[in-house]
Amino acid sequence: MNTQGRPTRPTRESAARRGSFTGNRALEMEEALIFETGRLDASGVDIEAPAPVKSRLGPHARDGEIGLPGLTEPEAVRHYVRLSRKNYSIDAGLYPLGSCTMKHNPRLNEKLARLPGFADLHPLQPLSTVQGALALIDALARALLTITGMRAAAMSPKAGAHGELCGMMTIKAAIAARGEEQTRKVVLVPDAAHGTNPASAALIGFSVRAVPSGAEGVVEADAARAALGPDVAAIMLTNPNTCGLFERHIVDIAEAAHEAGAYFYCDGANLNAVVGKTRPGDLGVDAMHINLHKTFSTPHGGGGPGAGPVVFSDRLAAFAPVPHVVRDGDAFRLVERADGDEFGRMAAFHGQMGMFVRALAYILSHGADGLKQASEDAVLAANYVRASLSDLMSAPFGDRHCMHEALFDDHWLKDSGVTTLDFAKAMIDEGYHPMTVYFPLIAHGAMLIEPTESESKASLDLFIMTLRDLAMSALAGERERFVGAPYDAPRRRLDETRAARQPVLRWTKPAPTPME
Amino acid sequence: MSEIRYTKDHEYLRVDGDVGAVGVSDHAQRQLGDVVFVELPTLGAKFAKGAGAAVVESVKAASDVFAPVSGEVVAVNAEVDRQPGLINEDALGRGWIFKLKLADLSELDALLSQADYDAFLETLA
Amino acid sequence: MRYLPLDDSDRALMLNRVGVADIDALFADIPADKRLTSPLDLPKGAGEIEVERALTRLAGKNVAAGSVPFFLGAGAYRHHVPATVDHLIQRSEFLTSYTPYQPEISQGTLQALFEFQTQVALLTGMEVANASMYDGSTACAEAMLMAHRVTRRRKAVLSGGLHPQYADVASTLARLADDEVVRLPLDVGAGEDLAAAIDEATSCVIVQTPDFFGNLRDLSPVAAAAHAKGALLIAVFTEAVAFGAIRPPGAMGADIVVGEGQSLGGALNFGGPYLGLFAARTPHVRQMPGRLAGETVDADGRRSFVLTLSTREQHIRREKATSNICTNSGLCALAFSIHLALLGEAGLKRLAAVNHANAVELAERLDAIEGVSVLNDAFFNEFAIRAPREASGLVEELARRGIIAGLPVSRLAPDAGLDDLIVVAATELTTAADRAAYATALAESLTRGGKR
Repeated sequence: MNTQGRPTRPTRESAARRGSFTGNRALEMEEALIFETGRLDASGVDIEAPAPVKSRLGPHARDGEIGLPGLTEPEAVRHYVRLSRKNYSIDAGLYPLGSCTMKHNPRLNEKLARLPGFADLHPLQPLSTVQGALALIDALARALLTITGMRAAAMSPKAGAHGELCGMMTIKAAIAARGEEQTRKVVLVPDAAHGTNPASAALIGFSVRAVPSGAEGVVEADAARAALGPDVAAIMLTNPNTCGLFERHIVDIAEAAHEAGAYFYCDGANLNAVVGKTRPGDLGVDAMHINLHKTFSTPHGGGGPGAGPVVFSDRLAAFAPVPHVVRDGDAFRLVERADGDEFGRMAAFHGQMGMFVRALAYILSHGADGLKQASEDAVLAANYVRASLSDLMSAPFGDRHCMHEALFDDHWLKDSGVTTLDFAKAMIDEGYHPMTVYFPLIAHGAMLIEPTESESKASLDLFIMTLRDLAMSALAGERERFVGAPYDAPRRRLDETRAARQPVLRWTKPAPTPME
Repeated sequence: MSEIRYTKDHEYLRVDGDVGAVGVSDHAQRQLGDVVFVELPTLGAKFAKGAGAAVVESVKAASDVFAPVSGEVVAVNAEVDRQPGLINEDALGRGWIFKLKLADLSELDALLSQADYDAFLETLA
Repeated sequence: MRYLPLDDSDRALMLNRVGVADIDALFADIPADKRLTSPLDLPKGAGEIEVERALTRLAGKNVAAGSVPFFLGAGAYRHHVPATVDHLIQRSEFLTSYTPYQPEISQGTLQALFEFQTQVALLTGMEVANASMYDGSTACAEAMLMAHRVTRRRKAVLSGGLHPQYADVASTLARLADDEVVRLPLDVGAGEDLAAAIDEATSCVIVQTPDFFGNLRDLSPVAAAAHAKGALLIAVFTEAVAFGAIRPPGAMGADIVVGEGQSLGGALNFGGPYLGLFAARTPHVRQMPGRLAGETVDADGRRSFVLTLSTREQHIRREKATSNICTNSGLCALAFSIHLALLGEAGLKRLAAVNHANAVELAERLDAIEGVSVLNDAFFNEFAIRAPREASGLVEELARRGIIAGLPVSRLAPDAGLDDLIVVAATELTTAADRAAYATALAESLTRGGKR
């Protein structure tokens, strides 16, 4: 567990603001809740009256008020436009978020996903009426298999973590098929892994054993061998890893895992670093999920939807879940019920079709040449940032090349009175979303920066200059810039302690006062 | 006079006769940040030394509280349930979490004295 | 390449700063024999024209639901989504923003989630709701796991009215987690004896209403039976619009309510992305999976919103988390919330009434056809018909005649002996002409094809 806390309440240090009558500051507007401005009888949708019929609701009709406020269309547009303007977005600025791959979301992809031939398609229509959709899923699956050098794909997982669960379930089914489900109950996970890795393994009853990263930030083959044994079902590695480094001993580790009778799961969150440069299948990976909302540009949407298809090696292909698309000559069919060793089903229907359209459009747009260029630019951009900051900011594994993300720790801030958190919040005032902070856990006060290939050199240069300015300011003892930040965002630092101690998770109608 | 002893996992045990109050050390509460919730053990639960007995949560972190010695839970601190911040304000006093009836007094010998714990903290810095 | 801003002179300058001669020096950690030396076996990059042409061709091979009289439901429903909804969710700041981990610059997302959580709680009659799950089927499986945590038992009882794929997902998870599942046979008439299946080892009973066959169920007796044995009632729905007309599960004693939100704000999208709704009661909030947006204040004392109770989640608890979920269905939750705000209470109730009226009218027409009978007593906008012939062939034939007639039950449950059943849905988009066309085509097919 993560036992390292940090301050979660604002301190007294805050600058006074000039007030206004509305609470607005020019274009930055305060916006009430729909429950405070809407009306139960207002509506932004005109619906014709229902034909008079004899009700077939039986005794189940709803009586009484639900309490749902309505807004007319102008009111709704204003409400949500005002809310939107309080958000940072990749369209507006760089997101240096390590392990998130916040690249540009192409607008062509939005247009194509909305074609009625894709968007207005029910998953259970007769197969003869959805051949184009099945062809698309098949085409994307083939492209992903080509990119990864793997043999079979499960397209149905709905996000990366869901893909990890799918991988774990497939492995467990394979182990059970060998009769070893009672003996192989441990999954090896590096201490630097993303929390979804151990969480996914634990969901189906595996216990998690940590395998340490070596002094150079990668897992040593000997450490893996020492941790492997007859009780181990799988080792889960991220490659490149969460420190932004390629796991150089991965081939040896995969061999060791296979020799020990275990499977090798790869967390594909960082795939953006290596597309067209190497293939996980060539490195010995048995299963890997792919985050379409990272490497393949589908938009993050403020928290999803994503998609997490999983690719498998020969060792595991037979156990992959239903459904899968099968090509029969010119036609496509859907296998919806297990007819072999498939372990079962991960979700209703066939996967995140809307994200498949977008991802395939991205792949077709880039092509083999563009995909490789994107990975090279992503790695170059991260190293450019790293090399431009390494004289000021300390890195846990020394001044060495990284892949698509650069990891710093807070050692350099030791005597400054400025924490990683403070530094991140001060970036907000400069117009930047903070980088990933306090992850991975093995770096103290970690700062993980992943610029992606979508940034121009001018954008990278300004980002670098800004971080240098902030870093020198912190080292010069200008604490105020940091400890009270952000000063200029729509909100100052929040009282997260209060949010957790006295959770208020919904609006509740206030009780009427005695006068009402 | 009740004596306070510590574990290397930053729990403390304040013994009074054959009952010991268990909490987390001042160092631990500072590491965690503002405590927002405590998962208390059930009365009557029996724990072997080192078993996970409670969980202390802050906003960004969660920390297991392991039983410093074997015993049976004879009291839980309702105050800390209502006001988790007590663990920050007064970890060693009103911020106690649960009380154990000690099963094996000899286990006390393995615990750290205040001086030993302070020295241990120095090595972590 | 239109998505890559760096040009060769930029790259040269950057390589120089990094201190390497060429880009491959930065890939030196890849074992030499594993570096790709030739391009991936994919076509070269294409411009918008070519990509659009290729995908439009694929789209053209599908029959869009709106192009024919359409009567398919069974877990996803074709509704009208007001133009405003899709326009608003495509605003850059909603579409291309990240998860709101930095609340100071994410108040738009966070306030919208707080409003969404409130709407879901009100709609389902519950106390608290989360910020979304992937879809109804995975929300159902997560509810099962939550019930196991709350009751410290590991056996779930699944009603025979539960959508077969939802039951498959829950059963798969239970089997792989070494938990027990009791799966009752498909229950066309909503007459199963659930209480008999509940014992002291049961953690939860999972019941759907409106159920897979469209039946409306009173959950109060099941709730009582479950509670008497210390088990929880999990209520499931696949058609959110129903709660504009029928009593919500929260009013019938449900402990957890989960379901599919696609009906509001979401296109059919061939099955995804969809929207999992998850609601529960306040005492259990710390056992809930998924993200939760909560209210607080900032340093200036202004009301603000923030993701809270995060210690339940994977990024802190890791292997002890309530779930492994990270990315969920944020933009779909926003679409749902906007659509529901545009409808408002009056609009939702009216929408539900139109759905019901259209379904009732269709049911009467179909029931009047010789050999066809509607099987439900009470229903909302979906019902089951028994045909005098094998249903899946009949539905194929109707598809050739240009009618998407509904779901032959055998597609999702081939071994249930229900090969003559079709589940039929009608919404506000189903016109009188559509309904007449269906009835005519069905009658003709049956007359010509003859009875079995």
